[in-house]
Amino acid sequence: MFLKHFYSTDHKIIGLLYGFTSLFFLLVGFSLVVLIRWQLAYPGEPVPYVGGLLGAANAPGGVILPEFYNQLGAMHGTIMVFLGVVPLAVGAFGNYLIPLQIGAPDMAFPRLNLASYWFYFVGGAIMLGSFLVPGGAANNGWTSYPPLSDLAPGNGQTWWLAGMLCLIFSSLLGALNFITTIVQLRAPGMTWFRLPFFVWAQFVTAFLLLLAFPALQAAALLQGMDRLAGTSFFLPSGLAVSGQPLDVAGGGNALLWQHLFWFLGHPEVYVLILPGMGIVAEVITNNTRKPLWGYRLMVYSLFVLGFLSFVVWAHHMFLTGMGTVISAFFQATTMIISIPSVVILSSLILSLYGGSIRFTTPMLFALAFLPMFGIGGLTGLPLGLATTDIPLHDTNYVVGHFHYLVAPGTIFALFAGIYHWFPRMTGGRMMNDTLGRIHFVGSLICMNVIFLPMFVQGLAGVNRRLWDGGAVYAHAQEVLSLNIPMSMAAFGLAFFQLFFIVNLFLSLRGPRTVTDNPWGATTLEWQTGPVAALRVYRDPYEYSVPGEPTDFLPQNVGPAPRSGPAE
Amino acid sequence: MHIPYTTDVRPDTGLTNPKLGIWLFLASEVMLFGSLFSAYALLRSGSTSWPDQSAVLSVPFATLNTVILISSSITMVLAWVAAKAGELRRFRLFMGLTLVLGAAFMVVKAIEYNDKFSHGLLPSTDNFLGLYFTMTGVHAIHVLVGMVVNAYLLWPGSAMFRSDSVRFTNRVEIAGIYWHFVDVVWIFLFPVLYLL
Repeated sequence: MFLKHFYSTDHKIIGLLYGFTSLFFLLVGFSLVVLIRWQLAYPGEPVPYVGGLLGAANAPGGVILPEFYNQLGAMHGTIMVFLGVVPLAVGAFGNYLIPLQIGAPDMAFPRLNLASYWFYFVGGAIMLGSFLVPGGAANNGWTSYPPLSDLAPGNGQTWWLAGMLCLIFSSLLGALNFITTIVQLRAPGMTWFRLPFFVWAQFVTAFLLLLAFPALQAAALLQGMDRLAGTSFFLPSGLAVSGQPLDVAGGGNALLWQHLFWFLGHPEVYVLILPGMGIVAEVITNNTRKPLWGYRLMVYSLFVLGFLSFVVWAHHMFLTGMGTVISAFFQATTMIISIPSVVILSSLILSLYGGSIRFTTPMLFALAFLPMFGIGGLTGLPLGLATTDIPLHDTNYVVGHFHYLVAPGTIFALFAGIYHWFPRMTGGRMMNDTLGRIHFVGSLICMNVIFLPMFVQGLAGVNRRLWDGGAVYAHAQEVLSLNIPMSMAAFGLAFFQLFFIVNLFLSLRGPRTVTDNPWGATTLEWQTGPVAALRVYRDPYEYSVPGEPTDFLPQNVGPAPRSGPAE
Repeated sequence: MHIPYTTDVRPDTGLTNPKLGIWLFLASEVMLFGSLFSAYALLRSGSTSWPDQSAVLSVPFATLNTVILISSSITMVLAWVAAKAGELRRFRLFMGLTLVLGAAFMVVKAIEYNDKFSHGLLPSTDNFLGLYFTMTGVHAIHVLVGMVVNAYLLWPGSAMFRSDSVRFTNRVEIAGIYWHFVDVVWIFLFPVLYLL
């Protein structure tokens, strides 16, 4: 009875499978960082309560060893990005909502859709399983830079590569499915510029997944050959390890990995953020009861973002000694790509202007997204210019920058989406509003207390990924005390997530209290009726149209007789 | 659940779902092989000594394989034409030939690999051989996948020929597009690895 959901090809079931699996991985990834934060605040002190469960090889007496600390860091990044945020934003929300919002009966390839989930599941199982292999999980950072990753002992890194290959194949199947569905299965009357902004965001995201991920696939294959077949694609000649010359052919290039990795890695940043923007756009327009400001401008900006995200990757590599001409090129493209991001964010802010805002729980998360994403974006500008990037590179400033984008940015957008679409996904059940508001306020405060001091530490020159949080460095002493409140806030953030988890499971079993369209939304996923009879007559956000009896006109409601045919 | 435009063309896009899907898949594949070719270009241009490729590898074997693979593309098209014309026996003949030619390609490849191994030429010998084994290995996996698809269409899958011949013909066409792509990749691999 329960098991049948695991081989259903229904996009809604697959979306929910993706949703619950990715929420589980978000929790796992977050648990890893709670351990990291303990170690950063109290280096060398045993982890309370759970220290004994970590294994004597990882944490004898509960004290986290440097090798285990490196595993925690690498796997936190990997799990959060590839197993948590992207599958939730794309796999769960995309699968559930795209067919409903465009009026399609299902995805174009339902069985490929299920295969996509299972490749994701296997990839995740490999990643988790790698903690148990001798030597533990991958411990070379989520970027897996060679030569370190090539030469890392144990099998953890090899498992990481195998897991990535599964995840890449999963996202390939998902991406081609999304694009085909959006191009082919739009309901009659659902023209391109009647698509909800969320669908546009997923459309561009799918192209990024389709075209950027194969670069990492190639890189993972090459690194796998280096590790298993003894090739030296990433190993230069004359490399010595522990004073001994390495017995390989040599002639490789460690920067090749960085190029291939960041050719994926930078579009991946937009894979992380675009679906979040799509969700926020839906929630904001619904709760301001106004059309989205600058809808077409935002759609064009998405395309510019998507295109430019393929030509900015080397701004992650200013420190590699590239020539000034190359770095000038990548600085220029990086500055240009901030323009469409600002256009989208400004349009979302302008959408608020003059609205009669309903401060629902999803709206609170969506509103918090705007300034949080703003902080994340603006702190990225100094990192896009080589002169300022070189001193900031690999410091906590970078960590603060991208966490502002992904944590109170994308993850807040995802929470907004969960609270917003929960009644749709559960057939009329609402999540508890009080618990939701406590979750929101607690998370917002804790995240800022964690991430804001990272800028201060980074500007003071404290590097990231330090086992002792910088305790042995003279220049870190003045900002070292910040680690304690930061870690306290991380534990607080864990506490406030309990409100979400309890709320989620209580509400799943709660009574059905609301109608089909509790938020009074215009888009098709909230409208009931057989898909086959569906016809679209309107733009996606016809809220507060003057002279109409209701303040929202669903897309499938035909024109009143007096106004003549809309098409 | 009935999915529209699985076999009929959607008028405003001019496409069926599988046709669009396979081209998107191939776009992704282009990026995969493109990344591998880029790795080749970067490693070779940065190397101090690169072996004389045509002296290390066997050009006659590769030429033979090129002929085999191009012939298999031709028989693949003929199989599609036969399916379209509703001639199941002719379809079976040409699809069978495609499968045999694919297998012949793999046999020649295996002989070539074995020849290298027996002379102590391994992926770890130098980066040229490393790239040779990686790139042709990834390609060989693609050939194998194509053979599995073709074998499915030849035997169990051809039951659809009677129940839904339009959809079956489309499947043959999609498998053909993939097969031609695998062929094209080889046509790039051959000069880059053996001749340049």
